Amino acid sequence: MNRSVVEVRDLVKRYPRSPVNAVDAISFSVEHGEVFGLLGPNGAGKTTTVGVLTTRIRPTSGSAVVAGVDVLRQPTLACGRLGVVPQRSNLDRSLSIRNNLIFHAAYHGIPASERGARADVLLEQFGLRERAKTKPDFISGGQSQRIMIARALMHEPHVLFLDEPTTGLDPAARLFVWDRLRELRQRRVTIVLTTHDMHEAAQLADRAAIMDHGKLLAIDTPQALVRSLPGAATLELAAEILDGGSADEVFAALRGLPGVEAVERVQAQPQTNGRLSPVLADPEQAGSETTHALRVRLYVSGDAPMLVAPAASTFAEHRLAITDVKLGNPTLEDVFIHLTGRTLR
Amino acid sequence: MNTTVATPQSETGAFFAILRRDLYVTWSELPIFLAQVILQPLFVLFVFGKLLGSLGYTRSVYASLLFPGMLALTVIITSMQTLAFPLVVEFGWTKEIEDRLLAPLRLGLVAAEKIVFAALRGVIAAALMIPVGILVLGSIPWRWSALPLFLGVLILAALLGAGLGLVLGTLVPPNQINAVLSLVFTPLLFTGCSQYPWPSLARLHWFQIITAGNPITYASEGLRAALVPSVPHIRPWISLTILVAALALLIAIGIGGFYRRAVD
Ligand SMILES: Nc1ncnc2c1ncn2[C@@H]1O[C@H](COP(=O)(O)OP(=O)(O)OP(=O)(O)O)[C@@H](O)[C@H]1O
Ligand SMILES: [Mg+2]
Repeated sequence: MNRSVVEVRDLVKRYPRSPVNAVDAISFSVEHGEVFGLLGPNGAGKTTTVGVLTTRIRPTSGSAVVAGVDVLRQPTLACGRLGVVPQRSNLDRSLSIRNNLIFHAAYHGIPASERGARADVLLEQFGLRERAKTKPDFISGGQSQRIMIARALMHEPHVLFLDEPTTGLDPAARLFVWDRLRELRQRRVTIVLTTHDMHEAAQLADRAAIMDHGKLLAIDTPQALVRSLPGAATLELAAEILDGGSADEVFAALRGLPGVEAVERVQAQPQTNGRLSPVLADPEQAGSETTHALRVRLYVSGDAPMLVAPAASTFAEHRLAITDVKLGNPTLEDVFIHLTGRTLR
Repeated sequence: MNTTVATPQSETGAFFAILRRDLYVTWSELPIFLAQVILQPLFVLFVFGKLLGSLGYTRSVYASLLFPGMLALTVIITSMQTLAFPLVVEFGWTKEIEDRLLAPLRLGLVAAEKIVFAALRGVIAAALMIPVGILVLGSIPWRWSALPLFLGVLILAALLGAGLGLVLGTLVPPNQINAVLSLVFTPLLFTGCSQYPWPSLARLHWFQIITAGNPITYASEGLRAALVPSVPHIRPWISLTILVAALALLIAIGIGGFYRRAVD
């Protein structure tokens, strides 16, 4: 049985008067109940992809089926089955928050007797009850994001498309939106969300596609994407060089440990090799390093924690006293850098 | 599949829901709507119909030929304004229209709703003009026997204004709409034979040709034929035919423009 709710084949979109394809022959499918993350930097083509899937953009070629409906052939039918939360607020400014929800339901043929109750439940869930009578002009960005999600849920869509739902939100508002999305996931609502936040994709998505220049570079679970990365786990060690100890010899010895792909000395400007990692040395600390102190980072394929003991004995053998140990796990961010050679922001 | 497909919603239902939204918003902004509709014709009727007459600069017949002209102008301008400017804003900046474009009905029907609603506001404006005319002028020309012609021209004029608004609202780039509206507005206002009957322009032939190109002319002349047939006017069937043709043209262009703005 085919349980794909979104089915995209060789989708191409070239905007008029543009020399390049904004979306360049992408294919993917999203299963029922899945949260699918479309992840990429500015201009990657995320909004364009969502635009095609939600009938707002006519593709140059390719096909797209959403909830069993070909969005190109039957856009009207597709509209009834999908919900959209756009990147920018498009709330009806002439209507109150509650009426935004109510009229949306009316457009989608929800019986008049049910609209009010549904709106009230969603307003409550999204923490908007006090704002129900307010007009969108008097609402913060974080609130309008929540309103748009609530609005999209009024007609109980089969698939919910969210275009950068948390961009510009403060950390608390972001966590709030994440919690709501997790609830939807538990209710097995199929979700396609775009983001340029790797952490968000890792948190929410069952599967993620990494997109750049209109192309999909990789599609998999966040865990598998990270695992596929050679030498992305890191082990960082700081040590004091005791009398008779030698940094150079330690380097050579560490390189010989099984699983170690590379060893580097962490410098005052630790990002020079283009890698970003949460375990980067504090620049001030690195700058104040004397010749008696050493900080090294090992790039490891496989399990970094397993290397702590061998590394420690190597240090001891060469008369270095360990002062700090940090494990760094690779993130989707590292995957992105690996695939594109660029950082996200 | 879990997908318990909701009963496929009729497009008619969505159409009327969108229309209800527009009526609701008009209702909640009623004073603004009334002021917008009444103010201009009120002053024109007062100054040209009443004041100049009582000062002896115009003959009394002028008020009775001015009234149908102002009626036509008000209907068309109201419908046009209802549609054009908000549409530009909704498409260009606020994107408010998106929730309706994503409703389960054809885009052409979303455009049709805009036309119906704008025409409705035009007709309401006309209905308001009647008490305003009586108030300002003391009495207005009226012929019950010509009611069908009157209503026919009125409704065509309202739709025509809406079509004009749809064309302007979808074809003019958002950043130019203010300039274009003011450029279009003034000539439209004064070449539509609202303030003078068309046949009387025979002595000013070049201007008569210009006015023949303005569809408002045929609405003014059509209403004059209904209300003050003693004043020389274009024959009603000619006016009606040209109104229908202009309407068809504007709607075809306007709906095309709407599709282009609605889908990238
Ligand atoms: N209406 C348009 N006309 C022409 N080009 C466009 C249009 N919309 C987007 N583009 C171009 O298409 C490319 C992809 O844009 P898109 O908005 O899909 O990216 P995105 O991944 O959503 O980026 P962001 O993170 O900034 O939202 C960009 O190069 C953009 O300049
Ligand atoms: Mg985008």
